[in-house]
Amino acid sequence: MKKSTLFGLLVLVIRRDLVLAMRRRADVLTTLIFFVMVVSLFPLGVGPEMDMLRKMAAGVLWVAALLSSMLSLGRLFSADYLDGTLEQMMLAPQSLSMLVLGKMTAHWMVSGLPLVLMAPVLGLQFDMPVQSLGVLIVGLLLGTPVLSMVGAIGAALTLGLRGGGVLLSLLVLPLCIPVLIFGAGAVDAVSSGLSAASHLSLLGALLLLALVFTPWVTAQALRISME
Amino acid sequence: MLEVSNLACSRGDHRLFSGLSFSLHPGQIMQVQGANGSGKTSLLRTLCGFLMPDEGDIAWCGESIGELDEDYYSEMLYLGHLNAIKDELSALENLRISAGLSGVELDEKDAMNALRRMGLRRKEMLPTKVLSQGQRRRVALARLLVSDAKLWILDEPLTALDVGAVALIESLLAGHLAKQGMVIFTTHQPLQVAGVEMRSLSLS
Repeated sequence: MKKSTLFGLLVLVIRRDLVLAMRRRADVLTTLIFFVMVVSLFPLGVGPEMDMLRKMAAGVLWVAALLSSMLSLGRLFSADYLDGTLEQMMLAPQSLSMLVLGKMTAHWMVSGLPLVLMAPVLGLQFDMPVQSLGVLIVGLLLGTPVLSMVGAIGAALTLGLRGGGVLLSLLVLPLCIPVLIFGAGAVDAVSSGLSAASHLSLLGALLLLALVFTPWVTAQALRISME
Repeated sequence: MLEVSNLACSRGDHRLFSGLSFSLHPGQIMQVQGANGSGKTSLLRTLCGFLMPDEGDIAWCGESIGELDEDYYSEMLYLGHLNAIKDELSALENLRISAGLSGVELDEKDAMNALRRMGLRRKEMLPTKVLSQGQRRRVALARLLVSDAKLWILDEPLTALDVGAVALIESLLAGHLAKQGMVIFTTHQPLQVAGVEMRSLSLS
């Protein structure tokens, strides 16, 4: 028997969550289909005026990404909480923050990454120029992990509550506003001929901040919820 | 060794117990007894650090468990009411993952052997959702075979188990105690461990 390392634990948790997601594919698909539906409804609702669509594209895509990431947050810890796995995770001899980071990463790979990959296709519906599409993808790549990480705090705090889903959105959505502003701002900057570097740097900074603080905060929130 | 001094615990406004003191030395086994709702599970969960005691202290080898934290967790194993197994995963995957979470990398052969000893031959690869309640409990209990923890905290380990499995658990406990392990558990079923004196703690 070998003792596992901290990195080994991280890989174990990510792999476990990915295997579980693959065996419950419906959960993954709902998030993605919701994203596609919401984004596709806008051109139908607003009408086919290219100028207007082009102008609102980034905002619509970002808001839809924000909303669809809320959909899957409730499931982040609840299944593990109900079957007792979370108890065992808290008793793991390694840091709970690392375990939480693993779960956040897996959550992003399952619910955030597909949105990033789908976004350019949807952007074409809005006639977005190639350059804007590039910035949109980079922005989403930097921003969606932040949504998963900040969302995890809310998911941990609302664990085991009735009607936790609505409360979760109310808690988390306001905290995600900076991500939305800089993400959509980056695309706007490029389409009006400016550089997106400042917006993207700020998104990167948010990502780093979230990476450092959210696993620890989430771990503390989980300890409170388990009492 | 585990030392509990002057422990008090309450759920909501209801005081479950207070002034509880005991110590558990290597090679000893203790059964926590009491009626439903007398705080057995709360006591075990307090020992795990899930619940904060209102008063008192829990010490492991002379140091408070709140300060030891991860050093304590690497030496204890807790098995609660919930099996902590995933329906979608096979028995083998479940066992290897839960061993991994407790800090032990388990290879496939060892995991298979443990499951076979628990009487799950030919069921290792089935998703656990098709197993019966007792078989799922056996999957959870297989962790006892692959763990090197010194302190076992078992909350109703015998639920849903048949006679054969109960005998197996009794022999497992005897083996663990012979290796200077410690066990604290609750059960409403008769359980005899050969060769050791069973201590008991009554909550009322």
